Amino acid sequence: MDTMFSAFETMAKFVSDWGTLAFDTPYARAVVFGVPIRGHLLVEGLLLVVILFLLSQKSYKPPKRPLTKKEVDELCDEWVPEPLIPSITEDMKYEPPVLESAAGPHAVINGKEVVNFTSANYLGLLGHDKLQDSCIKALEKYGVGSCGPRGFYGTIDVHLDCEARIAKFLGTSDSILYSYGLSTMFSTIPAFCKKGDVIVVDEGVHWGIQNGLHLSRSTIIYFKHNDMKSLESILENATHDNKRAKKLRRYIIVEAVYQNSGQIAPLDEIIKLKEKYRFRVILDESNSFGVLGSSGRGLTEHFNVPIEKVDIVTAAMGHALATEGGFCTGSSRVIDHQRLSSSGYVFSASLPPYLASAAITAIDVLEGHPDLITKLKANIATLHKGLSDLQGLEIVSHPESPIVFLRLKRSTGSTKGDLQLLEDIADHLLKEHSIFVATSKRSTVDKCKLPAGIRLFISAAHTESDLGKACESLKRATALVLAGQ
Amino acid sequence: MITIPYLTALTTYFSYGLLFAFGQLRDFFRKIFDWWSHNSLEGYAPICLGLEDFYIRRLYLRIQDCFNRPICSSPDAWFDVVERISNDYNKTLKRTTRVDRCLNLGSYNYLGFAAADEYCTPRVIESLKKFSASTCSTRVDGGTTTLHAELEECVANFVGKPAAVVFGMGYATNSAILPVLIGKGGLIISDSLNHNSIVNGARGSGATIRVFQHNTPSHLEKVLREQIAEGQPRTHRPWKKIIVVVEGIYSMEGELCQLPEIVSICKKYRAYIYLDEAHSIGAVGKSGRGVCDLLGVDTADIDIMMGTFTKSFGSCGGYIAGSKELIEYLKHNCPAHLYATSISPPAAQQIMSSIKVILGEDGSSRGAQKLARIRENSNFFRSELQKMGFEVLGDNDSPVMPIMLYNPAKIPAFSRECLKRNVAVVTVAFPATPLLLARARICISAAHTREDLTKALEVISRVGDMVGVKYFPAEPKKQQLEGEGIKMD
Repeated sequence: MDTMFSAFETMAKFVSDWGTLAFDTPYARAVVFGVPIRGHLLVEGLLLVVILFLLSQKSYKPPKRPLTKKEVDELCDEWVPEPLIPSITEDMKYEPPVLESAAGPHAVINGKEVVNFTSANYLGLLGHDKLQDSCIKALEKYGVGSCGPRGFYGTIDVHLDCEARIAKFLGTSDSILYSYGLSTMFSTIPAFCKKGDVIVVDEGVHWGIQNGLHLSRSTIIYFKHNDMKSLESILENATHDNKRAKKLRRYIIVEAVYQNSGQIAPLDEIIKLKEKYRFRVILDESNSFGVLGSSGRGLTEHFNVPIEKVDIVTAAMGHALATEGGFCTGSSRVIDHQRLSSSGYVFSASLPPYLASAAITAIDVLEGHPDLITKLKANIATLHKGLSDLQGLEIVSHPESPIVFLRLKRSTGSTKGDLQLLEDIADHLLKEHSIFVATSKRSTVDKCKLPAGIRLFISAAHTESDLGKACESLKRATALVLAGQ
Repeated sequence: MITIPYLTALTTYFSYGLLFAFGQLRDFFRKIFDWWSHNSLEGYAPICLGLEDFYIRRLYLRIQDCFNRPICSSPDAWFDVVERISNDYNKTLKRTTRVDRCLNLGSYNYLGFAAADEYCTPRVIESLKKFSASTCSTRVDGGTTTLHAELEECVANFVGKPAAVVFGMGYATNSAILPVLIGKGGLIISDSLNHNSIVNGARGSGATIRVFQHNTPSHLEKVLREQIAEGQPRTHRPWKKIIVVVEGIYSMEGELCQLPEIVSICKKYRAYIYLDEAHSIGAVGKSGRGVCDLLGVDTADIDIMMGTFTKSFGSCGGYIAGSKELIEYLKHNCPAHLYATSISPPAAQQIMSSIKVILGEDGSSRGAQKLARIRENSNFFRSELQKMGFEVLGDNDSPVMPIMLYNPAKIPAFSRECLKRNVAVVTVAFPATPLLLARARICISAAHTREDLTKALEVISRVGDMVGVKYFPAEPKKQQLEGEGIKMD
């Protein structure tokens, strides 16, 4: 015990002596266990080498064990995919009524003549003589299809003429034609809105716009349907803490007349908000072109707003102009940019030339006969008055909109139940009263949450008796089908 | 596969580098000038940021006259190209009243239905008078006429499937169908060179997208095995379903898809297969029924067949063909069916009439003649071009043949020189093709006669010599003089 203690004491003393010696010695010498070693730098060098060696070693990782071929085979054998489509239910087998004549204001279904309220030819230009003539001429000259995209000999002179005509009619500098109404919006939006941009959009917009928003990958904020206060508060929030206005583009997207509800967007208030918060406006005028305004120039004329204030205006031509396709119009910079970056324009075949020449003729007729618009407005007013006191259904669309949207006053509680009731009303109307109306149907990929209803598209070609008959029949049908409501 | 010669790659990079440098220089000066001028959009971010449209402003505008050329007649074998002039170095082009009659090697007119046809046009005009130019209504509301129902049956019979549904635009068909069939939790495996409409539809669906090497079934198998074993990203749950998307003929390469191998792989791993026959329906196959006919694949093995009517039928629109349940489900759910105006009745009639002609149901043998002629024309043209020393892509029997140009300066040179000699060709550059691989694409039609093709070969050969695109050595002239009697310089 004693010897150990004394040995320990001597060792401690030795170590402390060594320590003081090591610190005091100015030259490269160290004393380790009583043995002077020349070059303690050598020791330090060795230490450094050891440190570097340890640093260069990889940290501990558990060994990777990739799946063997046998395991992958087993997994592949076990995997069972879902069926491509879910099983078909009864309501999926719905077949729409088949027309046997043109879809004008009077059509023939199953041999019977019906009054047609499902076709959006607001000005009654469907089947107009002048349009038929220009189509026939174009068919004989150009054939049916254009056989190529616009960049590769698919640009026919009627396309360029049509674009110039639309621009002249609306008072903008240029316009661009698309070959399909639905693709107009979902090609225009991704061309201008990129990742990181802010888009404020109404929650009731149609699927084309929703798809365009999804493809653009921008930040999307919805505001309550046609509610300007909600819009203002969202704009306030969006600009409040955002200082990167230099690089960030901001858009408001609205429809002039909403397909899903028949409301009209208050453009004058939107323009005021836009100028206050520095946003750009994209307006979809599919259902208002040729309808609103004293000469049919759309929502801007209706509210007396100069068209330069709206940055981009798009429209589908399958409504008032009674042809197919769509167009977009705005300043030259906007249009030129789309000619190379809009995917639905560059990568798709161009509009068949006979439809473009029909569009030119339709605009000519519209400009020459502004009485069509007054007739349409009168028809809308008549129908509104006639349908104002239906049992069980109420009108939720704007009094001046060409789409009259009827919704159930009291819902059954489920969308399916609502739809079934509305379908029953429409069936009854068609079979018993020969009035053809449409219920609004929704796809599973559509995000719009507005309730369903019955839509009537009013045309300038409907006569007073047609409208009277429709009001009568609707009153009787709702009284019958909604008896318990 | 394309093998680019080393020297050509170097010179192409150098050319692009030079163009890029000059473009940046001009942008720099433009920025200085703009600093002085007044901008009315204060406080708004510019609608196109600096570098996004750099390619358009500095490279594309220089050769803008090679694209978007307007025509003023039907896009038949010979057509009228409108001349355009520019007063400000190609920034804006104005139409003149002069037209040139040119040979059309650019339009998709495989069977010659583009111009007024003796069988089709009278019927089209009749249906126009009966149903007018548009129905102004969606298919589910009031846009279904007897014509539409007949058309869908006709298309289903032609393609070889139980049922079909028709839309008004081929691009929208792809964009609107894929989101309905697959969603989050599904996997889409698509060929690396698929068309933009498929890419858009796949993105719009929300499913995960993986790409396999162009037309390489072994790589497809590798990707499938990996993905099934791994499962969904991060959670590793098994995939809900897998759809493999391929095209019949790839429009920029002219190659046929290796369908039998791909179908057998998909069957083995239980993936669904989606075939886009935009360019091949009506143009290949013994009776014109597309790649399945040509390669001997049973149509029941392919789950979803899609195609367009713009190319071989001279009309517009697209279709999806599949089992009855699939079509019922799509008609209930597809947004293009529920929200878009139905296909224009005259266009529908054109499709039906052209299908009748192809199948010989109009009482003549014009259909069979057209199919035989397009096959002969394509093979003749391709072999002649290859003999001359051009680098031509594509398989035999395919009516699309791209000629490689590579260098950016050769693109406008080839296009303008051909136009001067009254041959209209299509040149394609970035971004439709990879940066280095610019090409001129020829589309052969059944309406081209042998004289048309010989003239085209002459012109292309002369221009090819001038521009320097004969990358391969030409075959000896003696064989050609003996065989075809073509004059060479």
